[in-house]
Amino acid sequence: MIENGIGAAVRRKEDHRFITGAGQYTDDINRPHQLYAHIIRSPHAHAAIKAIDSSAALAAAGVVAVLTGADMAADGLGGLPCGWGITSKDGTPMAEPAHPPLVVDTVQHVGDQVAVVIAETRAAARDAAELVDIDYDELPSVTSIEAADADAAPLVWDDAPGNVCYDWEIGDNAAVEDAFSKAAHVASIDIVNNRLIPNAMEPRAAIGDYNVGKDEYTLFTTSQNPHVIRMLMGAFVLGVPEHKIRVISPDVGGGFGSKIFHYAEEAIVIWSSKRLGRPVKWTAERSESFMSDAHGRDHVSHAEMAMNENGEFLALRVSTRANLGAYLSTFAPAIPTILYATLLAGVYKTPAVYCEVKALFTNTVPVDAYRGAGRPEASYLLERLVDRAAKVAGLDPVEIRRRNFISTDDFPYQTPVALEYDNGDYEATLNHALEASQYEQFADRRKESAQRGKLRGIGMSTYIEACGLAPSNVAGSLGARAGLYEAGTIRVNPTGSVTVLTGSHSHGQGHETTFAQLVTESLGVDIDNVNVVHGDTGKIPFGMGTYGSRSLAVGGMALMGAIEKIKTKAKKIAAHLLEASEADIEFENGELRVAGTDKSVSFGDVAMAAYVPHNYPLDVLEPGLEETAFYDPKNFTFPSGCHVCEVEIDPDTGVVEVVRFVAADDFGRIINPMIVEGQVHGGVVQGIGQALFEQCVYDPDSGQLLTGSLLDYCLPKADQVPNFEVSTNTTLCKHNVLGVKGCGEAGAIGATPAVINAVVNALDDLNIDDMALPATPERVWQAIRSASA
Amino acid sequence: MYEFNYHRPTSVEEVKQLMGANDEAKILAGGMTLLPTMKMRLAQPSDLIDLGGIDALTGISDDGDAVSIGAMVCHADVAASDVVVAGIPALADLAGMIGDAQVRNRGTLGGAVANSDPASDYPAAVLGLNATIVTDQRQIAADDYFTGMFETALGENEILQSISFPKPARAAYAKFPNPASRYAVVGVLVADTGNGVRVAVTGAGACAFRATEMENALNENFSSSALDGLTVDATELNSDMHASAEYRAHLVMVMAKRAVAAAGG
Repeated sequence: MIENGIGAAVRRKEDHRFITGAGQYTDDINRPHQLYAHIIRSPHAHAAIKAIDSSAALAAAGVVAVLTGADMAADGLGGLPCGWGITSKDGTPMAEPAHPPLVVDTVQHVGDQVAVVIAETRAAARDAAELVDIDYDELPSVTSIEAADADAAPLVWDDAPGNVCYDWEIGDNAAVEDAFSKAAHVASIDIVNNRLIPNAMEPRAAIGDYNVGKDEYTLFTTSQNPHVIRMLMGAFVLGVPEHKIRVISPDVGGGFGSKIFHYAEEAIVIWSSKRLGRPVKWTAERSESFMSDAHGRDHVSHAEMAMNENGEFLALRVSTRANLGAYLSTFAPAIPTILYATLLAGVYKTPAVYCEVKALFTNTVPVDAYRGAGRPEASYLLERLVDRAAKVAGLDPVEIRRRNFISTDDFPYQTPVALEYDNGDYEATLNHALEASQYEQFADRRKESAQRGKLRGIGMSTYIEACGLAPSNVAGSLGARAGLYEAGTIRVNPTGSVTVLTGSHSHGQGHETTFAQLVTESLGVDIDNVNVVHGDTGKIPFGMGTYGSRSLAVGGMALMGAIEKIKTKAKKIAAHLLEASEADIEFENGELRVAGTDKSVSFGDVAMAAYVPHNYPLDVLEPGLEETAFYDPKNFTFPSGCHVCEVEIDPDTGVVEVVRFVAADDFGRIINPMIVEGQVHGGVVQGIGQALFEQCVYDPDSGQLLTGSLLDYCLPKADQVPNFEVSTNTTLCKHNVLGVKGCGEAGAIGATPAVINAVVNALDDLNIDDMALPATPERVWQAIRSASA
Repeated sequence: MYEFNYHRPTSVEEVKQLMGANDEAKILAGGMTLLPTMKMRLAQPSDLIDLGGIDALTGISDDGDAVSIGAMVCHADVAASDVVVAGIPALADLAGMIGDAQVRNRGTLGGAVANSDPASDYPAAVLGLNATIVTDQRQIAADDYFTGMFETALGENEILQSISFPKPARAAYAKFPNPASRYAVVGVLVADTGNGVRVAVTGAGACAFRATEMENALNENFSSSALDGLTVDATELNSDMHASAEYRAHLVMVMAKRAVAAAGG
């Protein structure tokens, strides 16, 4: 057993710098002669720009430039690209409006980028921004799905009739219709999946630094995937090849998906840096984050489940409308389609599934991936519908799940919606969760709560997600405009320490520890002698970054590929040093040994020999010990789990308190159980946030963002959640050697339906079987009052 | 935030001189409202006059029948004060429910009461406990003090110096906080003053107000059941995305009953 290897709860190597304030975030970085950018944002939801008068601002002290979309167009810059194309039912490609980093003549949402003021100080830029006189001609706006989809709705884009981006479908509609015609029971549900605002702790920031001598650009940015930003910005916006661009994402304080995307500000600081010949820095204020970071969720759906007389699912039919906001953010089209509808089979053997998705433009901040990205929406819809199906079929929520689970004998299991699940044991995980939550004794607890005047409910979700994005050929066939592999390098230094270069990016996930554990386990190198480097295209060969719980299942696997290459070469070197056959060399616990003998050489000595090749097979082997591998996954990974939530409702006020939360998850092999537990905690809190607290609100008339600060947008707080009871029930992923699946999003996927199912259960004596997200006190109180009336 | 001149006087007299000399000056107490407003560039004072250096505005004293608290005493100090805990535990409880720990360590009694935010907690205590507001010019009875949303009886350049809270026979504060901001969606302070019951409501209306119908019922019978059947008219109450007027009206009754029960009624 290797100390600090796979399975050890190693304390996070990165935490020392974070908790001592020694982390280095983008805003901590300052470049010589740096200027400051302030973005002038649209105060209107939809308006034509008649004129922009910058003369007073340009005359103000410290102001260097005021630049607009016209300047950008004159310099020949392109728009922000969309990385995923979706084709409608009728074969037409999605509507793809231009997305200039600074608008040219029309603003499309409150917060849209109109102009940039660049000055010697942040304060000067901000002051001068108020002197820029912009003449707007307000236009009618739409912010909600209903408004955008209404007859004669105002158009966000003239060339997107009906505000439709695409109208897409998946599954066999004829088979579904047939099954419904034979159904003994049909359960149906209407779902509004509430719009969320991500709120990473660190606001976005970017520094553009153009080097005129080398004609090279350096971008420091708060990104989850610096190589992707380099590719998108270079190829589509700047028209500059990769070798002239370096993108650095230093310490990043949380992303939750919102820092995947290529944002306008990145292009603005890079472009203006070249124009002005000085570095340009921009840092978002929190209120800017609210109106410029991509939002999440925002679906309206109707779903129906057909069952036979035993409550066995025959077919699922779903119709969803998704709000994409004003522009297509980087991965936006894929979220309500490829990452949503393909998960609608859930963990159930539903033979036929059909889903149609109409995606709509509105005058709101673009909507894109947010922790879970499509999968929380699928899981919420399905797990709420399954609970309702249980009622219709007269079954317990546990029993209906058992009757419909895909069993362990069914793997690999081809769902009717494109995915093939490799492994899982949903019934065992359910049993594990039921035991952990003392499910059978719930009635006693409910009685006890009732004595205190509280309504107690219990609810569960048995979720599944697809992680480890993704086999590139599959993703490509589904519309991805990029590959989704990962790259990693293992650099063994001459003294035997190891530098890991990974294309994954850590912004809270703890890669510097987890990836080091892989090296320690595989090469026997002390964990203190392993350093993980990420977030710099100038150092790391390539990468597709971190999102979709892919870092370990894809990035970790790339490292394992590089480690295998290192082992192979090390064995060759050891064979030479030990005068043995390569086939006889065994690698164990940091030693290379001739099998069956006491002849061995340490890995450190092998490394030294590789870099000081005095006694070395130079005729057949290169010096050095450094290997790079790319890994393209063979399939998605399929984490799953059962979350059980108990709530108490105060019927006088409608306040819902989560009093117990049990998460039993199957993440495949666990590398660091402490980090996994932390990921589950954070995810569950976000899931509870969506269920009870978080709601982005736009004023339907003016299109103003009403929840524009943390005074009005309620993020969950520590005292609003219980201590979590987290455990795992493991089956291994069958198509990667680590057997890992991913854990980053699970909490946010499993928790929301479990909470709402518990709320509805608490109210079942009142015959309440519907509850909107979020279940705010007033909503719950109104439901109780209506039911009691 | 826009540029401004900063002053830290050591006496009320000096404050008045500075106010007189600067038309666009603003008094800074804890800054819990003013500073965010300035950061949002919604206020542009030429001068900020920080009261933090004036000893005369600090301190909590037991005046026998009343507890007197200096305007610059922060909420955390009120919550932890032996004098307040012993004399008016409901007031200490209320102070401990304001905002979060950071707010309680910066925000002040005087700042909160002078601002009269409709969702602020202290106005319920001032009105419910029948406090007296002491300024550099006069004493103002609680019933005369709150005049509207962010409006009080304080005159231009009048400086709130301290508040004297009579000790009630029994009292309690019940609050329904906004889960995001911790401001009061509704807060009700019920006090049996020894000379009649007072019920003060904050969060629900334009400013803190007394619920006289409830007071009458509780004067008859100081128990939560005395409030059964009473309702609050929602017509004049606040309505926003956090709570409708109707819900607030309901919460006023729920919180009032809880306050009565907590006060031992």
